[in-house]
Amino acid sequence: MQESLTSGFEQCMKCSICTEVCPMMEVNPLYPGPKQAGPDALRYRMLDSSFFDENLKYCLNCKRCEVACPSGVKIADIIASAKLENAHSAHALRDKMLASTDFVGSLASPFAPVVNGVLSLGISKSLLDSTIGVSKHASMPKYSSPKFVSWFKKQQASQKSFGKQIQYFHGCYVNYNYPQLGKAFVSLMNACGYGVSLLEKQKCCGVALIANGQKKQALKNADINLQAIGKANAPVLSTSSSCTLTIREEYGQLLGKDTAPSKEKFHLAVKWLYEQWEKGAVKFAWREDFKMKAAYHTPCHMQKLGYQYYSIELLKMIPGLELSVPEQQCCGIAGTFGFKKEYHELSQKIGSKLFSSLKATGCDYVITDCETCKWQIEAGCSLPVLNPIEVLARALDIEKTKILNNNEE
Amino acid sequence: MKDYDVIVIGGGITGAGVARDCAIRGLRTLLVERADISEGASGRNHGLLHSGARYAVNDSESARECIKENLILRRVAAHCIEQTEGLFISLPEDDPAYRDNFVEQCGKAGIRTQVLSPAQALALEPNINPELTGAVKVPDAAVDPFRLVSANILDARLHGADILTRCEVLDLIKENVTVMGVKIKDMSTGEIRKIHSHYVINAAGIWGAHIARMAGVEISMLPSKGALLVFGHRVCNMVINRCRKPGNADILVPGEVVSVIGTTSDKVPFEQCDRMSVSRAEVELLLNEGAKLVPSLRNTRIIRAYAGVRPLVSDDSDPSGRSVSRGIVLLDHSSRDGVRGFISITGGKLTSYRLMAEMTADLVCKKLSIDKPCRTAELPLPGSDNAKTKCSSLVMKAAEKREGSEVNRMSFEGKGNELVCECEMVGRAEIEYAVKELGVRTLDDLRRRTRVGMGPCQSSCCLDKAAMVLAEILIAEKLSSESGAGELAAALKKEFLQERWTGIVPVCWGEQMAQAEYLRNKYGKCDSTI
Repeated sequence: MQESLTSGFEQCMKCSICTEVCPMMEVNPLYPGPKQAGPDALRYRMLDSSFFDENLKYCLNCKRCEVACPSGVKIADIIASAKLENAHSAHALRDKMLASTDFVGSLASPFAPVVNGVLSLGISKSLLDSTIGVSKHASMPKYSSPKFVSWFKKQQASQKSFGKQIQYFHGCYVNYNYPQLGKAFVSLMNACGYGVSLLEKQKCCGVALIANGQKKQALKNADINLQAIGKANAPVLSTSSSCTLTIREEYGQLLGKDTAPSKEKFHLAVKWLYEQWEKGAVKFAWREDFKMKAAYHTPCHMQKLGYQYYSIELLKMIPGLELSVPEQQCCGIAGTFGFKKEYHELSQKIGSKLFSSLKATGCDYVITDCETCKWQIEAGCSLPVLNPIEVLARALDIEKTKILNNNEE
Repeated sequence: MKDYDVIVIGGGITGAGVARDCAIRGLRTLLVERADISEGASGRNHGLLHSGARYAVNDSESARECIKENLILRRVAAHCIEQTEGLFISLPEDDPAYRDNFVEQCGKAGIRTQVLSPAQALALEPNINPELTGAVKVPDAAVDPFRLVSANILDARLHGADILTRCEVLDLIKENVTVMGVKIKDMSTGEIRKIHSHYVINAAGIWGAHIARMAGVEISMLPSKGALLVFGHRVCNMVINRCRKPGNADILVPGEVVSVIGTTSDKVPFEQCDRMSVSRAEVELLLNEGAKLVPSLRNTRIIRAYAGVRPLVSDDSDPSGRSVSRGIVLLDHSSRDGVRGFISITGGKLTSYRLMAEMTADLVCKKLSIDKPCRTAELPLPGSDNAKTKCSSLVMKAAEKREGSEVNRMSFEGKGNELVCECEMVGRAEIEYAVKELGVRTLDDLRRRTRVGMGPCQSSCCLDKAAMVLAEILIAEKLSSESGAGELAAALKKEFLQERWTGIVPVCWGEQMAQAEYLRNKYGKCDSTI
């Protein structure tokens, strides 16, 4: 248990606001709720660790309780930390597989068309469901070939010619499942006058390892990433809100690491970009023919970071984008949670309110900063979901933007 | 025929122990208590099961008594005791010669010790003052005094004793020089009645001086106030003592989920004994001294302050009344004062309650020519019988932690598993059990039996629910004259809050100030005059 958690939990006044915003409490009477599972039960777990409640497995780690807490109690971290110390899953193999995004991704990517085909077959879904417990109702994220990293190697030489540089933490999702986001990021950065290099030796941030109780591997990844970030001689940017939260916050709160390097150098791309624009360090020129009707969904982790402002403000600059922002709600997927057979239905129940409010906007696209929210919304709303970086890259007049930013040098 | 063989006055640990011992020996026994059980000093102490080490240097008799009883209670009251062990730590300002003598005297009293280096002590208890120069490990333990009293009361009842709480003794029935019984007033109905017995045992703690006067005898008592502070969670897992001549605030006890530091020792007038409160100066003293044992106490939330009164008795052999009897005081008033049918048992400690009860019951049996041996050193208390339990929920586990195997008698079916007090994980089943088996009639009784409302929020969160659940059960069990659960719940709540405020007000700053504001806004103004 990190000292920061034990010293902060006594601030809890039992006002129970956290229980009002918890998406799990609404749909699942077995979950004791953030107040009870967090600061209340912590006192008993300090007395005797056998007071660990198996029902803590229902916590989504969405951190809405922490955002709501008027006393600043790290409720979700207290729960996550108890799970890291005590959790035992009945589906150890499945959890390990879902959490080991790096390992599984590197196996699947080279055979992407085959793997995707097999994974979408009804029979393979039933098989995965009955053998290891991956829900047959969940749509598995598609693997992509070639990997982002393989594509990037071919661009590496041209990136060095830029006078200004940033480093990119692509994460597992961009690398194995969705290289087009990485490509969009590179083109956007280039247009803004920045050359991109990859953060060396980067590993999966570990958000899924933490959620699945695989502390040893999570610690290993954290060490490697923090060391790489420490050595970086340029800002390190990420296009994922969950990777950003994990590397900037959870490494310290849950894994006890010194996050000084990541606090200093690791940023979510939209925030960094907005701040450069605000300083006048980058300028944007927009395509006149770009038209889109979209709704922005704030991922829970984005809200915890307090960064949704940056995504929304950047998107609002796009003249052809008609943007609506419905009230923030949890999509229910919580990383790997929604893929698990026993939780699939709960996950859908939680997401259903968000699905209907997104559909009610009449949008053609949903924009969000989190890859797992994307999967859940795509499956739940049958709408295409994009990352703000992709939308910015599409809406930008690349050539004009290049000129604007090059003139400055 | 008399109504009873013995009437025991006082529902603290001494009275409860005496009633149980007498009942087990087959005496027709009645216990009368003017309020609720463990409402006096028995519920207002550290909850420390002494190893005797604290007394080893100055009072070897108490030390030997303690270690003997300590080992017995670990067996027969297992569910009330957490075998934490204890440390006596020496700080730079403490005389190292004291420690050497301390270890030697402990050895003489039969208390096993282990001398530890500062590093060894810090490895056991990382939160203790890192400046310590050494430590001695002793077999101290934590005991839940509320559970200990209620388990004794329950077992007395199971052995045929009658228990009357909320019945005040107005007078003793006396014929010439013999006490024949008690005249009591039922505080809830106002009814006054006389009950006759062969023997009346005065086990009323500090209030025993007053009872003795009813018999026409004088016990010279010195009320000594001890104030304590409760911290919101555990800061250590062992009892932490200071290795020096016993003084103020030098014992920190991990009591279930909280930590308790104490105590002070100040003479107070008798008039104050019914309304104890803790002053700001006492709080500061406790905090300053406590932080020397465990520095992080300064940043730990204090949830409550409380005080109890030790029934110190002037030594009969000292006519000036200034010298105090340290150990157990058993007064046979027929030989001491020529008053028959009346025995007083006082002094002593929580740790030695069983021995006090044994000595008292031995004397009563001798007087009544009954030849029955004491069995309390072998017979486990209800809950401590090592029966198998099966706890599938946290609510059940928490109930088991408090009531031991008695959890098997609680019904967790249906609504039983419903959580009522979230801080202390008290479920409906445990409340139902406490009403049916442990004589709970008010929320404050419920607090003493189950910890409802004892957590950091001091009932801010669960008060409405707890009051309603208790009201429903009291009405269902026909234990209240009130028929509307809503009205009954409102009355229960009002009475309870008043009591909570007395303990919150002295420590009202920081988080607890915010908590108090929340409590006040949710349930109404505090009328406390402290």
